[in-house]
Amino acid sequence: MFEFCSDPSALGDLKWMACYLTTGKQFAFYWSFGTVLLLLAVTAPAALAFGFAGAMAARARFAPLRWLGLAYTSMVRGIPDIIFFLFVPIALDQLFEWLRHRALCPDWDQPVRQGNDFVVCAAAKLPQSSAPQWIHESYGFALAVLAFAIVFGAFAANVLSGAMKAVPRAQMETAEAYGMTHGQAFWRIMVPQMWVYALPGLSNLWQILVKATPLLFLLGVEDIVYWARELGGSKTSTFAYPHPDWRIWYFLALLVFYLLLTSVSERVFARLSRRLSHGQATAAGEKLRKAAA
Amino acid sequence: MRNLLLGTAMLAASTCAALAQDTVRMATEGAYPPYNFINDANEVDGLDIDVGNEICARAELDCTWVTNDWDSIIPNLVSGNYDAILAGMSITDQRDEVIDFTQAYFPPDPSAYAGMGDVDVGSAVIAAQTGTIQAAHVAETGATLVEFATPDETVAAVRNGEVDAVLADKGFLAPIVSEDPDLEFIGEDVILGKGIGIGLRESDTELKEKMDAALTSMKEDGKLAELMAKWFPDVDPNF
Repeated sequence: MFEFCSDPSALGDLKWMACYLTTGKQFAFYWSFGTVLLLLAVTAPAALAFGFAGAMAARARFAPLRWLGLAYTSMVRGIPDIIFFLFVPIALDQLFEWLRHRALCPDWDQPVRQGNDFVVCAAAKLPQSSAPQWIHESYGFALAVLAFAIVFGAFAANVLSGAMKAVPRAQMETAEAYGMTHGQAFWRIMVPQMWVYALPGLSNLWQILVKATPLLFLLGVEDIVYWARELGGSKTSTFAYPHPDWRIWYFLALLVFYLLLTSVSERVFARLSRRLSHGQATAAGEKLRKAAA
Repeated sequence: MRNLLLGTAMLAASTCAALAQDTVRMATEGAYPPYNFINDANEVDGLDIDVGNEICARAELDCTWVTNDWDSIIPNLVSGNYDAILAGMSITDQRDEVIDFTQAYFPPDPSAYAGMGDVDVGSAVIAAQTGTIQAAHVAETGATLVEFATPDETVAAVRNGEVDAVLADKGFLAPIVSEDPDLEFIGEDVILGKGIGIGLRESDTELKEKMDAALTSMKEDGKLAELMAKWFPDVDPNF
């Protein structure tokens, strides 16, 4: 990046470090922080959507739908995350490719599983093997988001269905007395009020999600943990910037990053909780009312 | 587990091969210098990469590189996430049952033990990378095997005293040992495997023929010897 970096072996310590911290590989490390934040930004709403759908299904009056909702939450919550993260992306990927294979290559006569090999026709490959690298990366990232959303959605479903039950029954009875239908009462009375009850659980879940992002590394996404390990490992003079084992410093940087991220989100949730408590018949709401009076 | 990052666009494909042909995706580990590693410009580099690029140029294939963890490098090949493995992978009977190999592009590389001070490698605690021929070899001797996911961690374990010695390809250990005054080679070298080849799906016979033909021509006109001399000055290129 700097002009004086052309011969790193001849540099003094300070300049050497400046050059070292601006190599292409280091920039890949810096960008990977963005990958983690992007994952959080996409996964949190997706998981909330899964959770909301799961919670609604679990209280549905149509029995099979209710069983589906209950099966989803209890199954996913009962299986270790790591197994789910290893299983879901592989299974989904093969499922998608198999479906496309059936649709796009009807005259293919060989079996899809040949011994150890999983072989689909070239047109069914996902993404196409001629696709540029960023498409392959985005596809892998999307599978990772889906896996995260399914797992955290199950936990969110439990939190949300608890919150729905916590909305005072009298509120719903009043809504019914006004002649609202079941759906109207749900959307107009229950949903706006349930968030204050859901928030403590959801904020907990968010913190767990933040801490679970290193699992990306397991899914082959090159996140901050991958780069910390790769860059921190000792380097011989095969590399332009040889150095001893620096993993401890890289992991220390990650530690600070995660701590900052969780402490910032804690503050955000505290403010959000204050806002939502306004005018609610809860202890926090009562406190706000007295403070104002 | 679709694998990611590091596509070094290859200019190798000659212009006349601009026919709409499928890209050959080649996987490497990127953590085993000088066979394969990620250089400071964030590109894959090393002997495996030079050999792969040369093969693609000669076979007129359109190739691209991906990196994948060593642990899952074979499963991802058979499930079709990429088409070839060039990752310093030794040809062994056990691997040959699952995937196919081209002819070797690197001789059976002596493996060596490296450690600090005198160690009896027959009974000590030895580090090796998971799923390598070295790990299999240590398990057969009387030594205690400690496995690590990456080659770098095996060496780090020796330095911090977690294990007594590491067993790895001599080509990988040589620059590390020569630059670290604390480390030294211990005992005799061990010859393992049948040389390093390109891993391919067993159903992919067409690609195997093309790559084998390219490798043969590289051995005949001395190109392979030239590449080996560039990365491994101590290894005899005529095998």
